[in-house]
Amino acid sequence: MKRLISALARRLALVLAPALCMTGTAWAGDTVLAAATPVVVPDTLAQRLQPCTACHGAEGRASREGYLPRIAGKPAAYLHQQLLNFRDGRRSNATMAELLAHQSDAYLRETAGHFASLDLPHNAPPAAPANPALMARGQTLALQGDAARRIPACVECHGQALAGTLPAVPGLLGLPRDYLIGQLGAWQTGSRRAIAPDCMAQIARRLAPEDASAVAAWLSARPVPPGHRAGPPPPGPAPLPCGSVSVPRP
Amino acid sequence: MRRPVRWLAGVLAGLGALLALLLWLQLRDEAPSNGQNGSPTPGPIAAMPASTAEQLARGAYLARAGNCAACHTARGGAPYAGGRAIDTPFGAVFAGNLTPDAATGLGAWNADDFWRALHHGRSRDGRLLTPAFPYPNFTLVTRDDADALWAWLRTLPPVAQPNRPHALRWPFNTQMAQALWRTLYFRPGSFEPDPALSATVNRGAYLVNGLGHCGACHASRNPLGGSGALDDAGGSALPNQPWIAPSLTDAAAGGVPGRSADELVRLLKTGVSARATVMGPMAEVVAGSTQHLSEPDLHAMVAYLLQLPHAPAPTPPARTQRPPEAMARGEQLYADHCADCHGAQGQGAPGIYPPLAGNPTVTMADARNLVRAITRGGFPPATAGNPRPYGMPGFDLPHADLAALATWLRAAWGHDATPVMPVDVLLVR
Repeated sequence: MKRLISALARRLALVLAPALCMTGTAWAGDTVLAAATPVVVPDTLAQRLQPCTACHGAEGRASREGYLPRIAGKPAAYLHQQLLNFRDGRRSNATMAELLAHQSDAYLRETAGHFASLDLPHNAPPAAPANPALMARGQTLALQGDAARRIPACVECHGQALAGTLPAVPGLLGLPRDYLIGQLGAWQTGSRRAIAPDCMAQIARRLAPEDASAVAAWLSARPVPPGHRAGPPPPGPAPLPCGSVSVPRP
Repeated sequence: MRRPVRWLAGVLAGLGALLALLLWLQLRDEAPSNGQNGSPTPGPIAAMPASTAEQLARGAYLARAGNCAACHTARGGAPYAGGRAIDTPFGAVFAGNLTPDAATGLGAWNADDFWRALHHGRSRDGRLLTPAFPYPNFTLVTRDDADALWAWLRTLPPVAQPNRPHALRWPFNTQMAQALWRTLYFRPGSFEPDPALSATVNRGAYLVNGLGHCGACHASRNPLGGSGALDDAGGSALPNQPWIAPSLTDAAAGGVPGRSADELVRLLKTGVSARATVMGPMAEVVAGSTQHLSEPDLHAMVAYLLQLPHAPAPTPPARTQRPPEAMARGEQLYADHCADCHGAQGQGAPGIYPPLAGNPTVTMADARNLVRAITRGGFPPATAGNPRPYGMPGFDLPHADLAALATWLRAAWGHDATPVMPVDVLLVR
């Protein structure tokens, strides 16, 4: 009896198999595709680069809270270097590495150019931490540095307005405090690297933990004035050599 | 006293015979290596006729066909200098340095050594290589092709980068384990064209099963890592990755049956086709390998895959109740997050955003690729045919929402696939 049932089942399967194959292989979607009008997709970089804006905020202007940095309006060469650094493992972020793993230098340059070209207003800064000593220390480091410890002032390279300098030094205002602290820490531990000589790694390693906290607190509490864009490179030699500035990337 | 001694001698003799058998099994079919093994003189070029430009070009092409660089290049590292960790269920295997550096690369190897590694899975010093290096596939590569590959590897700039020792767990880190594995799952082979099939299909079989080592991911593997045939309809969950490599002969899982050869060639050449987009590990394959292959070779590979016996159609899933509230939620989520790009009818934008109606990634029995695609999104690889890909943002939805969306997708537009429960999402996330 059992054998009979299994024989019948096998025969039934033989009869049914082609029918199932048809539904399986003739793409159930065929009829849908034939009937429906394809979605019309704008041929723009903003459309292509939706994975970026999913995290970095609409048009790449992430809020000043949280962790993720705003990318809109940063210098194109800086953004391109960072995309290459994430792709090639000099910066460490699993999401960025996965997204960029199989993208070409050329497309990443175009991506960087897109976000660099955006000139969009900034939000007001979040409330500053109520710690005048911390803020004063941050301001001193940013504007004067600490010659005794060979710490140059931020403004020496990032511009008097801290808006960055062309071609590849980013502005420091309008960024979340946690992001700024995170970057200084990543330079200290070597999980963020740039092309040698890695000037920021050297500077970050001269900072005490409270220095990093202070300068991040002060920078993140500054308002960003209108027309805040990276300017020309400062006159005179840089306080220390930077591979990411002097070595143009292909 | 006498009996235990005899008994012991018997056991020892038996063990000795077993070891001898095991040793013979490792070494059978190996041609003598011209006595050059272990010789410190790097005399490979002298041992080979001068390489012609044609041979070097073919070697470079074959390296693409085998995607050697994908494993033998660390992220951001020098090409072919090794160092990348390959995750396996038995621990990490670190790919070796293939550049001709004398101290750390293949500088001291000769063409026979290289052939033995490809064909027999044994290193120059006689060690058995781990099957993470797909020698069970590469054993099919012809001597002529192996020599071309070798001649081309010799032209790479030497890079001094010592190999990292594998991080395999005991006992998988022993040569005995390798010997046992080979005894169970490996025979040195050679590619024999099937006279019943066309030259094109035979060429495809050679590329797919040899250097292409498609089955390394797309065939099923048993718990010891033994690989099945490409048409065994298994597919394979990739170790320590949230992806499943579907069976290529199972239409319901996203295999080749029912697709047009032209569409498949386009997918392999550019990473996108009218109905599909490669993501995850397959994006790496297209970026590093198939986009560089010639159209005739891609057509040959596709022709071979298309003529493999199709997997039997799966038994239709037992009717499972789909929670009505999850269906309603899923439909709403689709309208809110997905329809702009994939279309209200799941029709997509061919070549840009894949249609979801009838898409096997949506409906295949194992929903992990679907969940992965929704939560992480991503870019198809940038290729010559699709240099500026459109990406998909990840949607980091709560488990219940993700399950509802997947359940609705698997029932929309005539689909009839099993619902996805929040716990399924939790397991693959």
